[in-house]
Amino acid sequence: MRRELCSVAGSEQVGPYTLLRVGRSGLDTGVPGQFFMLEAPGRVLPRPMSVCVASAAELAFLIDPIGPGTRALCALEAGQDLHVLGPLGNGFDLAVERPLLVGGGIGIAPLPFLSQRLGRPPAILGFRSDWHAEAAALLPGAEVCVEPTYVTALLPDEPHDVLACGPEPMLEALRALVPAAQLAWEAPMACGYGACYGCAVEIEGEPKRLCVDGPVLTARKDLVAVSN
Amino acid sequence: MLLNASGCLDALTAPEVARSLDAFVTKTITPEPRGGNPPVRIAETDAGMLNSIGLANPGRERFLADTLPRLRGLGVPVWVSVGGFSAAEYAETCAALEDVAAIELNLSCPNVDEAPESAAAIVAACRAATTLPLYAKLSSAAWDLAEGARAVEGAGADGLSLVNTLRGLALDPRTLRPTLARGSGGYSGPALKPVALAAVYACAEAVELPIVGMGGVCSGLDALELIAAGASAVAMGTILFSDPSAPVRIRSELAAETAARGLSDPLEARGLAHSSLQIGVSHSGNGMQKVPGNGRKVTA
Repeated sequence: MRRELCSVAGSEQVGPYTLLRVGRSGLDTGVPGQFFMLEAPGRVLPRPMSVCVASAAELAFLIDPIGPGTRALCALEAGQDLHVLGPLGNGFDLAVERPLLVGGGIGIAPLPFLSQRLGRPPAILGFRSDWHAEAAALLPGAEVCVEPTYVTALLPDEPHDVLACGPEPMLEALRALVPAAQLAWEAPMACGYGACYGCAVEIEGEPKRLCVDGPVLTARKDLVAVSN
Repeated sequence: MLLNASGCLDALTAPEVARSLDAFVTKTITPEPRGGNPPVRIAETDAGMLNSIGLANPGRERFLADTLPRLRGLGVPVWVSVGGFSAAEYAETCAALEDVAAIELNLSCPNVDEAPESAAAIVAACRAATTLPLYAKLSSAAWDLAEGARAVEGAGADGLSLVNTLRGLALDPRTLRPTLARGSGGYSGPALKPVALAAVYACAEAVELPIVGMGGVCSGLDALELIAAGASAVAMGTILFSDPSAPVRIRSELAAETAARGLSDPLEARGLAHSSLQIGVSHSGNGMQKVPGNGRKVTA
């Protein structure tokens, strides 16, 4: 766990989302699915974001401006500084034979980095509108659907090792269909490193913190109460 | 002395952060295990945050058998925060604790129903159960905090911890329904600092007990202000969520703020807010002017 002051290298609009690029300042990229806490200008708490694109010099985060913190992050300009803490949590297990990436909406955020690490496996993505689906450009070659078609309709018949991130209804649907899937979940958290207990979930009957025991969990685990 | 506020750090998950403190305060331990309140349990507000964790903890038995031995292995003095739903429950946990630096009685969690007894009755029951130092953590929402402080002093408390979170509510701007599943939660963060200063100031006038000041501490100057109001130790809470390196930074800032006022130790500033002693800030480190005191009650 390391916290560094990073300089914003730039940002780009990707449909409704912003791809925020920051200098790494010595931070490790971590494993795809791990996350960083990004200082949100003017806010009390940082925001958890998974790495979308990693290069030798930069980390890029895909951000949906849905509240005051994410809007402040999207408004950052090149040359401004922010503190970044991480990498945190447990990422995807990359030792898979037949990977298939599944993403929904802003949940595609960790998939470009994951795709790079896994040698560009097949990917299926779902979005709520054509505008949101512009973010599929971050994952060239992916099969894309837009509501009312759901991404589960694109699941191939042959077995795959599913690695997924997306909204809870999508993860719940995948969990029912693919018991061995690796699913990246999300929960409100203040700290990202196990201090606040805000992101508690129940895993196999035990209360756990999603930030230190997740955010990637296998579907077969008896995970309940991520939300209610 | 810098501590963490109870519930704002897990020393076993982040041992390097715990080792940057002078003592580690545990999350509150209750007799039975508690999963805590349902999610959502965290909500940011414009000047702070709300939590409704609800005293999630492994319970006394597992804490004593599993957690506490591992905490002792960290090499940091351990304060155990004790909670309960009756004076007897608090006292039973106190009686079971040994070989810890202090016990902090959580008498003011806004996220659970309170014990029916008064804070003083709970302190008295715990005093009869242990010889360990007992700190009473009081709520600043009490109608007469100084009176409460005198009551727990009379019941045998060795110190006060001030302040706990205040009950607050956040509404989801889209639905206009409470953001937290439980409805209200405990409000903490920068907005709490004036509340903490007022509570420490009032209690330092009322009692002779040492006070751990906390509430909105984000900088070394915040810590020095709490000491000037009467605290002899300072705890960090919400700042740890956004910056795990805050103890190192705040310790360094506190030293610089102390030196800039011509003082050699932060505790030399203890109680200054109550006295007619005037100091100025000087970067040459010689800014203190002594004028006759006013017989302040605070003793360092």
